[in-house]
Amino acid sequence: MTAPIVIFFVLAAIAILGAVSLILQRHPIHSALSLIVVMVALAGLYLLLGSEFVAAVQIIVYGGAIMVLFVFVIMLLNDGEEERTNFSKLATFAGIPLALAIAGLIGAAIVHSSSSLPVATANATLTNTKQLSLLIFTEFVYPFELTSFLILVAILGAIVLAQREN
Amino acid sequence: MIEFLTQYAYLIVPIVKIAILVFVVLTVDAYLTWLERKVIAHIQARWGPHRVGPHGLLQPLADGVKAIFKEDPIPANADKVAYFLAPFITLMLAMTSLAVIPFGPQKFTILGYESTVGIADVNISLLVLFAITALGVYGIALAGWGSNSKYSLLGGLRSSAQMISYELSLTLSVVGVLLIAGDFSLSNIVTQQGDGGKGLLTWNIFPQIIGFTCFYISAIAETNRVPFDLPEAESELVAGFHTEYASMKFAMFFIAEYTSMISVSCLATILFFGGWLSPFPAGWTFTHYLPSVILIPFGLWVIYDGIRYEDLFGRILLPGVGTAFAGIGAALLLFPTANEIVQGPFWFFAKVFVFLFVYIWMRATLPRFRYDQLMSFGWKFLLPVSIANVVLTATVILWRMH
Repeated sequence: MTAPIVIFFVLAAIAILGAVSLILQRHPIHSALSLIVVMVALAGLYLLLGSEFVAAVQIIVYGGAIMVLFVFVIMLLNDGEEERTNFSKLATFAGIPLALAIAGLIGAAIVHSSSSLPVATANATLTNTKQLSLLIFTEFVYPFELTSFLILVAILGAIVLAQREN
Repeated sequence: MIEFLTQYAYLIVPIVKIAILVFVVLTVDAYLTWLERKVIAHIQARWGPHRVGPHGLLQPLADGVKAIFKEDPIPANADKVAYFLAPFITLMLAMTSLAVIPFGPQKFTILGYESTVGIADVNISLLVLFAITALGVYGIALAGWGSNSKYSLLGGLRSSAQMISYELSLTLSVVGVLLIAGDFSLSNIVTQQGDGGKGLLTWNIFPQIIGFTCFYISAIAETNRVPFDLPEAESELVAGFHTEYASMKFAMFFIAEYTSMISVSCLATILFFGGWLSPFPAGWTFTHYLPSVILIPFGLWVIYDGIRYEDLFGRILLPGVGTAFAGIGAALLLFPTANEIVQGPFWFFAKVFVFLFVYIWMRATLPRFRYDQLMSFGWKFLLPVSIANVVLTATVILWRMH
């Protein structure tokens, strides 16, 4: 086993354990903390794939900005522990088969394509960040601007909803 | 043995460098508290610590011993996970941010492994620093929430809001430098400021004076220092987010605060003040003797001052330290190669020291912001000014290209 493979399995294990703990924790803050662990482990996986810019942005945007907002809101509400309930009927009869089906589908896809996956190659002359920004601002400039417009609309919508009382 | 070392040099060399850096940083943190107390005392016409050792020089040691042996009570109904995790997160992130700081230009080879002055010279070091700053909120927020105390919770909430607000202008104020450099790597940003060998005229501070002002103000707010120390406003919140912490856990918050002061000062030095570059033009070789010119008189003064004490300090320790300083200064005069190696780190640490002094100076000078003033200053003044700076810099760069 080479070092990258060992690091991959360690990070993957941390990510999965964090995700499981996210669901099993009874306190909202502990769930949010588990989600942060997942985000940071994912950033490590991106780093392992050689995309350092995406890894840093993953931590800055998801691990930092978004999760800080989650933790902030949970702290403001200061909610107590949640109570565990039995599975709902919908989860038993529709959820579990669906989850099994998706797991089977992903497993099958991995088994079938393990030999034919293309190997990612880094462009030696440009750094990763430069490549990414060149692509975003030339080839994908319309999708990029449209996405930011969509987020702006969402922000405006949130403000309108919050101010409806006045 | 040597074979083993060479084979695993890529692991051993960084670990040794990390150990040295942690040791140095902890010592500097300790003496930064001493310096802060002394400087503030002198500004306020007092003496400051002067009982433990000559000039109170052993006060940090005494404080450390006190912190270790104090009782460490845990508040009832505290959230154990958050309460224990918070100081560790804060200290770990503060220390990690120093890992990407380049302290000097040299590359050296140990055990066949090429290494830089500084732990890791990665090509996205500035982004790594911002990622670490982004995570830094959790330590304080969790400490405030986990302590199960109203003062801590208010301090934690204030701090999270403050750090989220000022992080925006902190990141935006640096974009101007990034536009000029075209690179996220801190060592490349420094190297580009030295192009032309004209000394301080080519530093980023001149084209980016607005950016630097925004950066420094937001950085002080990010490190929760005066005048932005609202999370621990002692007249309103007892001690803010660390009200319920005692002993070593409290000391960890304290060390983390001073470590982030150091990393912010390093960052300001690198981004705007030419990092390890000398402020003098490359032709002025006589300025290379400056380290010796400072070290030899300082060492002699330490000896002269030390022999006044008629105990162990006066007879052995202070004269010994003074001789060491003067000796290093003399050795630098005698060996020009060593002198050249010292130039980079000398200027780097001199600039960092100036920034640290400004931090302390400001603490002795400025009163604390009111909470609403803090928020409106961050959102209505700093953020628009940083955005305007980005637009202005981009316009000038485009205009020069055509």
